[in-house]
Amino acid sequence: MVPRADFQSYYGRPIVRPPVWTHDIAIYLFTGGLAAGSALLAAGGQVTGDIALRRAGRAAAMGALGASTFFLIKDLGRPERFHHMLRVAKPTSPMSMGTWLLSAFGGAASVAAAAEFAPLLPSRGVFRLLPPLGAAAGYGAAALAPGLATYTAVLFADTAVPSWNAVYPDLPFMFAGSALASGAGVGLIAAPGRPARRMAVAGAAIELAAGHRVETRYGLLSEPYHAGRPGKLLRAARALTIAGAVGAVVGRRSRTISALAGLSLLAGSALTRFGVFEAGVESAKDPRYTVVPQRERLNARRGAAPGPAPSPRTRKS
Amino acid sequence: MGSNSLYGPMDPAPDAGYTDAPPRMGFFTDTSVCIGCKACEVACKTWNDVPDDGFNLLGQSYDNTGGLTANSWRHVAFIEQPAVASGRPVAAPGANVIAARTVPDTGTAPGIAPAVDALAAAATAGTDFMDGPAAGGSGAGGCSGGSSSCGCSGGASASASGPSGGGSAPGLVGGAPSGGGGQFLGMPTSELPGTAAPAERSDFRWLMMSNVCKHCTHAGCLDVCPTGALFRTEFGTVVVQDDICNGCGYCISGCPYGVIDRREGDGRAWKCTLCYDRIGDGLTPACAKACPTESIQFGELDELRERAQRRLEKLHAEGETSAQLYGESDDDGVGGDGAFFLLLDEPEVYGLPPDPHVPTRDLPHMWRRAGWAALTMVGAAVVAFAGRRQ
Repeated sequence: MVPRADFQSYYGRPIVRPPVWTHDIAIYLFTGGLAAGSALLAAGGQVTGDIALRRAGRAAAMGALGASTFFLIKDLGRPERFHHMLRVAKPTSPMSMGTWLLSAFGGAASVAAAAEFAPLLPSRGVFRLLPPLGAAAGYGAAALAPGLATYTAVLFADTAVPSWNAVYPDLPFMFAGSALASGAGVGLIAAPGRPARRMAVAGAAIELAAGHRVETRYGLLSEPYHAGRPGKLLRAARALTIAGAVGAVVGRRSRTISALAGLSLLAGSALTRFGVFEAGVESAKDPRYTVVPQRERLNARRGAAPGPAPSPRTRKS
Repeated sequence: MGSNSLYGPMDPAPDAGYTDAPPRMGFFTDTSVCIGCKACEVACKTWNDVPDDGFNLLGQSYDNTGGLTANSWRHVAFIEQPAVASGRPVAAPGANVIAARTVPDTGTAPGIAPAVDALAAAATAGTDFMDGPAAGGSGAGGCSGGSSSCGCSGGASASASGPSGGGSAPGLVGGAPSGGGGQFLGMPTSELPGTAAPAERSDFRWLMMSNVCKHCTHAGCLDVCPTGALFRTEFGTVVVQDDICNGCGYCISGCPYGVIDRREGDGRAWKCTLCYDRIGDGLTPACAKACPTESIQFGELDELRERAQRRLEKLHAEGETSAQLYGESDDDGVGGDGAFFLLLDEPEVYGLPPDPHVPTRDLPHMWRRAGWAALTMVGAAVVAFAGRRQ
């Protein structure tokens, strides 16, 4: 626990503006990660000839991608102008990069999913091209998937929201692990097998390790990740992720336990995203998280001179 | 893109690709002469056709605007401090304190009145001006500490023998000593304050500051805008194009000062344009034009910085040692502000971040970390599928 520091503010009002994003964005983080994890799972199924895994992965990737697009557009202030995102490509804007990434991934994932309908279509003419095209698109989606899963961490980190900005070294790993775990969850539900179980354990391990660093390494700015509602969400997420990973291994002989483990991983991944989202919002609402670290930095730079004398108008917060 | 395009000192307009850019323009807001009249707020709204921000009483001194929002591009902050005018803090009398404190639920919505006993505060603030014993007791305290217009009603209630006619001019009520001799009722006089009866100053001061978009050298909002709606003008300022903005909200989280905001019911982001439409025609921005004390000064940034430095030295020489410039240095975390300030206390007292930096400063490192995380993901997937098929 970080000791509460004295600081001054203007009537306790926030300094940085709390994000105007709603929980739509937290859902998008989850569905985007799910699409990425599922695309990797599908590509793995493609390589190893596991058709059930491939089919489940492609379907989940497609569904999650559709949901991602929906929630992203819904959260805009002017949804009818969503295509303005495609006016420019700006490396300094993670949202711009992410839009292009999501568009390219969407194209590939759609073709890969469409290829799954090949058996229902006549196998002549252009339809003959569908399976090889689907295979290429599946690999294409898998190649873009890791970027899709991790750019969202940069999206959050490249803001003035104190607790998102500070944790940028570890947040991409937390999101990468969470995406793997959710993809593995799909595999455990639809086509349980060794790859999905391994992916579940690896994803959970990465997510928990990075999450631990986020919650402990950043002093005052780690506080929103373990206090209050975000803290509760992240604790629940951790419990579900651990339960899912354990269930995936222990329940490998039971289809039911595997499916439950998969559900647990999916729920854990979703709660992780909600927890991170809300922790950032909390850190922006309370000026303490903006003022105290900056004041400490400033005082340190001024040669360890004591800060402005705590005046009578400063109260303990 | 120059070498300091993401961080460090640079000239923003040439960096953005302008050739033969005019000099960088900006604001110098000298809070030491701000009188809190809010003419800047009004002028800005009028010229830029900015909708109202609600008509609220916030209980935060004379600040009923609350802060910079989509609908307030200038905001006058009022801070009441237990300090004499020279800036030396004094022991707080306990009552007349507004303090910095946090409250559990601080949204952007205007909030929460701090624990202020206005009457008690008024009583302490007013005693120094009283010649004789307070006749009306609570009535005297009530009038001297409130706003100057409050003096008349206080006077009326103090002269409890009977209000002298319902329609009498306030000046008459205030001018007629109501039992307590030459009691100060807060009425305007023809003399400068403090010259008529030299009295010890009260242990109280007001800080006022007109806040505005900083038009940063490295603007977080501009860097992260995914549509190109935000752009850098030839004057080095930062402007939103309302026909492009799709309301993604990223700029709002990108601003280290909490300036830019999304307008409810409109969905787009809005902020100060430094009156781009006026300065292009050689006019002064509306707020600076309306400022009656030249607290808001508009001009070429280099010239403003020199002027601010001279003003700071003058204030220091006069004993106002807490005076400081804010945002004038191009070595700071945003490469210097196009709109900078002279403050009489620490920035956080005014609701400004003490040491802001543009989030994009660390962007290359962030992308690298994301790249490593992506590779980790690939590795995990490969390991998951490696080996003998089950």
